[in-house]
Amino acid sequence: MLEIKKLHKSYPIGKDSLHVLKGIDLSVKEGELVAIMGSSGSGKSTLLNIIGMLDEADEGEYILDGVPIKNLNEKKAAVYRNKFLGFIFQSFNLINYKNAMENVALPLYYQGIKRKERYEKAMFHLGKVGLADWAKHLPNELSGGQKQRVAIARALAAQPKLLLADEPTGALDTTTSYEIMDFIQELNDEGKTILIVTHEEDIANMCKRIVRLKDGVIMEDSYVEQVRASQYV
Amino acid sequence: MFDLGLWREIFQSMSKNKLRSLLSGFTVSFAILLFTLLFGVANGLENTFNDLFKDDAQNSIFIRSGRTTQPYKGFKSGRDIQFKNEDYTYLKEGFGDKVQYITSRIYKNLPASYKNEKNVYDVRAVHPDHQYLEKTLVYAGRYISTKDIQEKTKVAVIGRLVEEDLFTKTTALGKYLNLGGISYKIVGVYRDDGGDNEERIIYLPVSTAQQVYGNTDHVNQINLTHNPDMKSEEAIAFSKTIEKKLKERFNVAPNDQRAIRLFDIASRSSEVNQMTTVLGILILIIGMGTLIAGIVGIANIMIFVVKERTKELGIRKALGATPKSIVRLIMYESVLVTALAGYLGLVVGMGTLALIGDGLKDYFIKDPSVSTSLIVSATIVLIVAGAIAGYVPAKRASRIKPIIALRDE
Repeated sequence: MLEIKKLHKSYPIGKDSLHVLKGIDLSVKEGELVAIMGSSGSGKSTLLNIIGMLDEADEGEYILDGVPIKNLNEKKAAVYRNKFLGFIFQSFNLINYKNAMENVALPLYYQGIKRKERYEKAMFHLGKVGLADWAKHLPNELSGGQKQRVAIARALAAQPKLLLADEPTGALDTTTSYEIMDFIQELNDEGKTILIVTHEEDIANMCKRIVRLKDGVIMEDSYVEQVRASQYV
Repeated sequence: MFDLGLWREIFQSMSKNKLRSLLSGFTVSFAILLFTLLFGVANGLENTFNDLFKDDAQNSIFIRSGRTTQPYKGFKSGRDIQFKNEDYTYLKEGFGDKVQYITSRIYKNLPASYKNEKNVYDVRAVHPDHQYLEKTLVYAGRYISTKDIQEKTKVAVIGRLVEEDLFTKTTALGKYLNLGGISYKIVGVYRDDGGDNEERIIYLPVSTAQQVYGNTDHVNQINLTHNPDMKSEEAIAFSKTIEKKLKERFNVAPNDQRAIRLFDIASRSSEVNQMTTVLGILILIIGMGTLIAGIVGIANIMIFVVKERTKELGIRKALGATPKSIVRLIMYESVLVTALAGYLGLVVGMGTLALIGDGLKDYFIKDPSVSTSLIVSATIVLIVAGAIAGYVPAKRASRIKPIIALRDE
């Protein structure tokens, strides 16, 4: 599903450059639920950005679903993002003047799908996250947990190969966090491959595998006993 | 290529961000409003100038004689110059096809009566060509003819108001008018766009008047029109030539301003044309300036808009928006705002001009309005302007990196 070999990335800071990723090797199979952990500055967000094609590596190999991801121009990156990836962000990143349904339908618009079909699909995915009744509400009329569920529905709408979640529970209280994790686990049970960047141990333990980063290298990569979030909900 | 979905996105972003759209539209509306008003007023001024010479042929040259003010070739100053029939013939035959129409004029002021109605009128004794020079519109009967001149017939052509004054209960055509004790048959009645005074004049054949009133061959004035194919400069040169030749003919000093006076509409209207051209250029510059200010205004606001929308555009890119689609999103919105706001300004401006109408006639602004071609070109300019104003910010927006746009504060 996902194959990364000897990945390097550095950022220029004035005259010097900061070496953020120092040779990352990572392989993720289909249906995995992986937590990427690390303190701030460990390079976990950079790794996610490269996987998400929001940023490009300086060196190394990245193969996604058999497609080598390299020398991307902006247009190609946009198409790949649309086709392969679904994003879930810490701050939800919904468009504030669009209602829930229109937000969910947006990736489908960029796939060139017709309006009617777009809204039908959007409604289906909103139903899946339990927000069908909230379809016409604007993001600022929704609670944090609801917003994140809309964002998840949006990430699912394009039927991506891989879901990338960057601190998906970072802006939520514990109860809501577990609700969201419960939902993510359900998605994973259905076979979705999901990568979660987090710095919270309890969230990481709800995944099936934990990759720990420190100073740009992988310190530990281990499979864990998954804690089901449903027991806390 | 019409992308309905894209326009829906743009409409939504505009209608959900009304204040932003209003602000960006306002400068453009205002610029176009000013532009329209300026052009309308300029056109109004031009209309006034064009009307000044409306009742005379635009290629007219009027020649009058006076008294010399300088001694020349042995003649003393203070000598009266008198045009005669031979001068008319000289001008008619001496300049070939450069002369289009030519007429002599004798001025009289005579009491006229029909039955019990009496009044005093200006009388002009003229050649048949006078009709074209003065743009006299005969609506009953005919004008003075060549035959009238040859046979010195006692016929008269009277103005509409003369008929109204004297022939209260009947029509004038065919009746006999008593003019200074002599009876003239009325052969024509005319209108004239030059105003009431022009319609209170009685025309007689020049030969008849010469015989009846003093039996001379004198004429007071000679009017002619130059060949209408002449360019303005040629016409002015031609009138200078006539003036020079006549001065030689009457032994008048070349710099004597009073003895022979020549007035040509060509040089007057060329002065007026020059003035309106300069005015037009001035207004064009001011108008363009206003328009550019409007464009810069909207470009400024679009830059701000892109900054404000950075996060949204970042989200769109993360969800698969190509740079091209971002450019289109911003640029088309700019075009749409500019076009709509500009159109609003245009409509308000034209409405204002229509309301003003002839209300400013006393200030030399007659019927201020803008032409269709100006509206069409203004619309094109607006769309192009919107595209230009939107392009730079749109290009910048398309280069937004999603990771930077989406970075959490």
